[in-house]
Amino acid sequence: MKLNTLLATLAASAVLAFTAPVTQAFADDDPGPAAYEAAMKGKRVALVPLAMGFDLAQGWAAILKREVEAFGGTLETRDPNWSTEAGAQAITELISSENKPDVLIVMAFDLNSYSKLLKKAQAEGIYVILIDNPANFKADAYVGGDWTKLGMLEAEAVIKGCGDKSSKKIGLVQGDEVNATSLYQYAGIMKVLEQHKDYQVVAKPDSNWDATTSRNVTATMLQQNPDICGIIDFWDGDATGAAAAIRDAGKQDQIFLVTTGGGEETNTCANVANGTFDAVVSTELYNESEAMVAMIKYLLQSGQPPGTASPYIYTLMNTVTKDNLNPRSCWSLKGLQAAAEAK
Amino acid sequence: MAGGSTHGLWSQERIVLALAVALFAVAAIFLPGFRDIGNLISIVHSVSVLGLLAVGMAIVIIGRGIDLSAVAIMAMSAAWYLQLLNDGWSEWQALGATGAGVLAIGLVNGFLVAYADVPAIFATLATGSFVFGFVRSRLITQDAVPVPPGNWLEQLSGLHPLGIPPEVFIFGGACFLAYLFLRFTKWGRYVYYMGDNLLAARNMGIPVRPMNLLRYVISAFIALIAGLLTASSLHSMNTRIVNSTLLYDIILVVVIGGIGLSGGKGGMRNVIVGAILIGIMQNAMTIIDIPNLYQNLIKATILLIAIVIDSLVNPRDEQTAQQGDI
Repeated sequence: MKLNTLLATLAASAVLAFTAPVTQAFADDDPGPAAYEAAMKGKRVALVPLAMGFDLAQGWAAILKREVEAFGGTLETRDPNWSTEAGAQAITELISSENKPDVLIVMAFDLNSYSKLLKKAQAEGIYVILIDNPANFKADAYVGGDWTKLGMLEAEAVIKGCGDKSSKKIGLVQGDEVNATSLYQYAGIMKVLEQHKDYQVVAKPDSNWDATTSRNVTATMLQQNPDICGIIDFWDGDATGAAAAIRDAGKQDQIFLVTTGGGEETNTCANVANGTFDAVVSTELYNESEAMVAMIKYLLQSGQPPGTASPYIYTLMNTVTKDNLNPRSCWSLKGLQAAAEAK
Repeated sequence: MAGGSTHGLWSQERIVLALAVALFAVAAIFLPGFRDIGNLISIVHSVSVLGLLAVGMAIVIIGRGIDLSAVAIMAMSAAWYLQLLNDGWSEWQALGATGAGVLAIGLVNGFLVAYADVPAIFATLATGSFVFGFVRSRLITQDAVPVPPGNWLEQLSGLHPLGIPPEVFIFGGACFLAYLFLRFTKWGRYVYYMGDNLLAARNMGIPVRPMNLLRYVISAFIALIAGLLTASSLHSMNTRIVNSTLLYDIILVVVIGGIGLSGGKGGMRNVIVGAILIGIMQNAMTIIDIPNLYQNLIKATILLIAIVIDSLVNPRDEQTAQQGDI
């Protein structure tokens, strides 16, 4: 009996002695995938942009979906359809739902509306990533454009477009008086114009992001200052209105129209090619989306509690003009959606 | 005044007209460039689509009712039309489909009000949301739909006979046609009778239910034209306009012009006066560079003043008090 046990023990240890180094070798291989899977699998990511109906939001959603599903997570989107109330409701519902998201990606309407809600989300253990629109809130990351820089790029484009021999009179069509994108854009433009004292802003009405309003205020602006050489409209969604007013006045050749947009083919490049816009400072969608993805992956594996750090991950912007227009200037929503469907 | 108003010398229309003239005079004296012919054209241009929508709204309101779906129909019908063109439909197919859709919504509005006895304010609020939601989620892929290059809408916006944009002519034409309709056709007179006293109109043998259908269908088609004009001018249709204050601005034009929400009074003159007042105000405020928030405040204050003066000068009588508004 005793001998049997001894033999069995010996045999077992012999087996162990042979096999143990082998399993050790497997584990040594790469601890990454297991750790990655443990941290990421089944994680829920929720995207709440201003609306799902515009180019950037659809681009982000397509790229995020591919990435999130690749690590075994799920991506949910909510469509507030340009309503702050609907957006707040969507976030509230996400925070209090049984299956809370692990990462909340939010595009804020203005500096303050969401601040309390997002703090609450962090208190519930949800990482919050702010995208594209800054807000007064310490997010786990801000990913998107530096709007002051964007305004500076626009001002530089309009100065270049006007040229030294022009009237050096510029008109601004601002968005509104509460949105950070509008306020910071204005600050950036003014920063550059301070360096160019000979340039003068002759009017700066608001469009409320509405194309018809943009058209009407631009028409009035051109009536008052027929010798304007450049206009900066704060968003390509309403800059079609400013473009219409310029067209109505027959001044396409005289006025250099600058705006900003998502860099999507049909909105940005087509309108630059056909002369609706003269320059568009646009977002590099792929870089911006990949920065979001990297932050999601980092935060989920970091083990840090939400709200630990709030870095700004500014993405580069690209000024598209007729002169530098090339096949890589824009991204294609159709192409992105077709690629997603093909999978 | 058309519709047999009982108003005296200082009807709201005249108060508003006086206000508009006063504003115009002040602006013409103090604001540089305001009197320029180009600026006057751009004032009328800026309120042409608004005024056109107000024509449709006026026809509905005069006959006692309200159409809160007008802006949704305007934006979504034009957007769907453009989407169909972009998807490769032929001009006539796209126009036919859009026209059929607009007719259907007008009929549903009229049916809900006339036959199902749903108050107009709720019926049209619901159909407006439905139209927006359905078209946005099922029929178009993005908020903004561009006009295909070379389309007739693009060419239309390039036409400026006498230096005047096409919207101005269409607004003027619509006012004239609506004036002829309301003033000289029996259907037009029925609209006033119904607005003045629905039960009496019904007892007289006026076909009040088909008339309701007709009014909402007219309003829906005017909205379609307004949408096409907007798309023509901007070379795209952005459906975000449904969330804007445009709907309130339309009602503002109608009410400020002196067409009471209780129905039965007013005409196209009121629409024109209301639209011009709004146009002058917005133009002057843009020239002075007043921020948007204050512009809304000023617009609202002027509306309140007009309403208060109206209720002081023209106190409500027994009949309107019993009937209530809308």
